[in-house]
This record gives sequence, structure tokens and C-alpha cells, in this order.
Amino acid sequence: MPEISRDEVAHLADLARIDLTAEELDHLAPQLSVILESVASISGVAGADVPPTSHALPLTNVFRDDVVTPSLTPEQALSGAPEVESQRFSVPRILGDEQ
Amino acid sequence: MTETLLSFDDALAAYDPALGLEVHVELNTASKMFCGCATEFGAEPNTQTCPTCLGLPGAMPVVNATAVESAIRIGLALNCEIAEWCRFARKNYFYPDMPKNFQTSQYDEPIAFDGWTEVEVDGETYRIEIERAHMEEDTGKSTHVGSTGRIHGADYSLVDYNRAGIPLIEIVTKPILGTGEKAPLVARAYVAHLRELLLGLGVSDVRMEQGSLRCDVNLSLAPAGSGTLGTRTETKNVNSLRSVERAVRFEVQRHAAVLSGGGSVLQETRHWHEDTGITTSGREKSDAEDYRYFPEPDLVPVAPSREWVESLRASLPEPPRERRARLQAAWGFSDLEMRDTVGAGALSLVEETIAAGAAPQAARKWWLADLARRANDTGVELSALGVTPAQVAEVQALVDAGSLNDKLARQVFDGLLAGEGTPAEIVAARGLAIVSDEGALGAAVDNAIAANPDVADKIRDGKVAAAGALIGAVMKEMRGQADANRVRELILEKLS
Repeated sequence: MPEISRDEVAHLADLARIDLTAEELDHLAPQLSVILESVASISGVAGADVPPTSHALPLTNVFRDDVVTPSLTPEQALSGAPEVESQRFSVPRILGDEQ
Repeated sequence: MTETLLSFDDALAAYDPALGLEVHVELNTASKMFCGCATEFGAEPNTQTCPTCLGLPGAMPVVNATAVESAIRIGLALNCEIAEWCRFARKNYFYPDMPKNFQTSQYDEPIAFDGWTEVEVDGETYRIEIERAHMEEDTGKSTHVGSTGRIHGADYSLVDYNRAGIPLIEIVTKPILGTGEKAPLVARAYVAHLRELLLGLGVSDVRMEQGSLRCDVNLSLAPAGSGTLGTRTETKNVNSLRSVERAVRFEVQRHAAVLSGGGSVLQETRHWHEDTGITTSGREKSDAEDYRYFPEPDLVPVAPSREWVESLRASLPEPPRERRARLQAAWGFSDLEMRDTVGAGALSLVEETIAAGAAPQAARKWWLADLARRANDTGVELSALGVTPAQVAEVQALVDAGSLNDKLARQVFDGLLAGEGTPAEIVAARGLAIVSDEGALGAAVDNAIAANPDVADKIRDGKVAAAGALIGAVMKEMRGQADANRVRELILEKLS
């Protein structure tokens, strides 16, 4: 029976940059366990002849030719940036937050 | 903070090093891995981006066929198996160099795996097992703003996404054992070998100074003879051949000091400092599961047909080893000359110089004795020095024609590096050509004889060796622009 511990949920939340309170962790960990159990029950139905699927369509080798197409202008590219400096995206200090 | 180091010899007496090298190669495709943005190096910031490589909602990636072809060719050149079916995967992490908050990579299904290659160090061959070569995309380029200019102590960072999405191939070795004291040299030779191989394939510019070939160095030590593997560190972004050698040497000495002091090595990434030649602690290495890899749902699997793979195999260029053997025989180089040429990254440069008309030994002499020193002094790769094989051949042609001597030729190289034009233009502008005007030469010889009567008498008495002093005086008056052999002949004629 799959079960996800409170610590694992806290770790995943940290990796996903989701700030969870102790109460939320208490609440979410058992819920996620139930969801995992439900999903696992599907594995029980699938026989050895049903391989795991990652894509809905049975396609392979969808390629494009190596041809340059027009890019956005820098103004367009930077239009959604909260802060811009020297035609670059300005972001808060990185270290201390590095994965 | 200064690290305690054990001497390299003491370290190797007590421990066996295990190396692992991860090399990232930027492919030289015209467009990015998953979108049509250009990949030109040095373009103005954020001029080569689009919704796909900026990770904007709804943008859909499509794989660049040429990048897949290059990946397969690299795999084949490294004697790898080519996957019959493989997928891309998302490597999830939060770091502003990837605006998507994940890097599209490959995880447990690399396109190429289980290969090998061989490198030579001091006449000995080392077999390097290749774990895998997989496809991924490059990240954006961050500039750290703050008092230090480095990531440490930065107030904020500025990001340019021109590089984000450029196709990368990551080539990973299995642990390389049994190199002992040669570990730094084997690491360096492997990277040099890869560079040569990739250049031959024509799949990358492999310019380390521009970051199109980047190396992470894994190193661990185990007690000598134990046959085990110790805890490894991964030193990131070691981006010159010399630094690869230095970084391995430094980490061997640092690990040995930690272990012999009874401590244990922390599994972590290390930052390499080019200026001081040391590594410093980076971050604790994330477990792979922390990246929460999962198959990329927006890209369908890649399933190279065996026909395609075999046609690519058939089109592979001559492997570096065979090529070196062929060129060595054709040029008549000794083993040492050949090794120095390869080691200096000059093989193709020498080959092209010879193709442009220079004699093999002359081509070798200029690239290795003169230009390699200049490249070393300025800290750039020989190929990036700014002198072309055609120019070297042209300078040598002027020497062969008697218009330049070696000393004057070196001044022509000064001019080439200063961007003063073609060799012929520099000779003209700097007035470097050898003076073959017999009148001017004769007058200079007469002056030298008149100024040095004692020396002239000795020569008249048959002490021909004394002529050197007069030749020196003539060369000085002619500002070096004379053929020393002709000067000698004139002196002896006049004093016989």
C-alpha cells in the first residue's frame, strides 16, 4: 500500500517552492496517500501486456528541419519581465536559493 | 579560506584516484533544439528568444532533426549503442537560468550509451568507458551584479536567454580507474581527444573559451589497492584543458588531506577558480529524485531507424587515432613531435598550413615554438589566437623566398596579432623585408670592417669563426633585415 509520509510531503513542497504550514502538512499528507492508493489500484488492473504509457498518441520522430525562424524583438521578449536592466531580465539574488 | 592539501606524491602513495568526466558540447546547429531561434554566439542580449525558449504558456517545442543526427553521430564515434527508442524528460529545478523552471533533457533513456574510446598519455593507452551521451538544452547566461561580480555576494542577477535552448550533448564517462599519478593528464587528454573527435565530426565549434565545450570533473579517492570507490566531488565548469589537469590535481591533494586527517569527503559540487587554481565548496549535491524527472509530455519519443543509424555510421570521418597515424607518416614527425602537436591542439592547424603550401617541419615550428607560446601567454586556445593556417603558410613562403628571416617573420606575427592586415601588407608597412640590395649590404659590411679592425685582422689570418662579431654588427646596422648567410659570404669575400 503506497503511503507518503508527512516528511516527504514537506520535502516535495520545499522542492516545488510551496510554503506549507504545519497544519496544512497534517491535512495534506493523508490526502495524498489516499490519492496515491487510488492511482496504484490502476496498476493492479493493468496486465503485463500493457506497457506504461507516457504519451497519448502512438507517434515517434516528430522533427523540424534546422532552419532559423524569426525571434521576438528584445522589447517583446522582455515585456513580461518584472524588472529589466541592460536588455536583460533582472532577477533576485540567486545563491541561497539554488537547487 | 585556505584548504589543507597533501602533496601530490604523498596523495598518490596512499590513495587510488577515480575520475569521472561530464562534458557538455554545444552543437553548431543553425537553430535551437526545440525552436527556430538562431544560435549565434555573441549576439545582443535577448535577441534570439521566442515563446518556446522563454517558457511562455502554451508554447510547444519541436525537436531539431539535425541535433538528433549530430547526437547519433557523436554516439557512434564513441562506439556507443544507439537507442532504438528513447524519450526526453523534464529535469525540474528553480533557477532563473531556465525560464521554464525545468530543463528538457534525457533521463533513463539516453540516445547513446555503453561506448568507449581510447586516449594516449606518455605513450600509454587508456581505455575510457562511456556511460552515456544524451540530448538536452543549454541554459541562459546569468551576469551577477554586486560588489564581487561572482554569484557569491551578488545583489541580483541579469539573465540573457539567447543561449537557453541551444542543443547540448552531455557525454558522461564511467569511473576511470587505474590512472594513478597520471590522473590529471588522462583527464586532460580525454577532453582534448573529445575536442578533436567532435571537430572531426563537424558537429560543434568546440571552443572552450566560448563555452561550447564545458567540463565537469568528478573525482574520488580510495585507499590504495582497496579496489573500492570513495565519495566523489563534482567540480563544475572547468573550461580549459589546462584547468582540467589542474582541477584534478587540486582535488586529489584536497581529498587526500581530508582523508588522511581522518575526515570524510563531503559529496558536493565544487566551484573552480581559474585565477587561483583552487576549488571551493558549492552546494550539496541534489539527489536525482529531487529533480523529479518525468517524461516530457510535449515531445514524442525519438526512435531512430536502424537504416538511419547505419547510414550515419557509414558517413563517419576517419577516427582521430587513424588520422594521427596517417598524418605522422605523411609528415615524417617523430612520436614526440606528433604528441606535442596534438597536445597543443595544433593538429588541424598544422595540417591546413601544410595544405596551404608550407613544409611540415616549418608549419610545426611556427605553431608550436612561436604561436603556442603566444596563445599560452594570452590564455586562449591556439585556434582562437587570430592567426590562420593560410597566413602562417604565407609567412613561411616569404621565408622560403628569402624575403624574411625567422626573426623578421616573428615581427610579421606580431603584426598579424595586432590586426595590421595580411603578411604582405605588414611586411610593406613595417618595412620588414630582407634588404637584398647588394650595394647597401656591401656598405654595411665595409662599415663593420672599418669599425672592427682587430676582428678583420683575425679573419684575414684565417680565424673564420670571428666573422660572427662582424655579422652581428652588420645585422644591427641593417636592423635585422639581412640574410645572415649572405652577409657572411660578403665578409669572407672582402677579407680573403
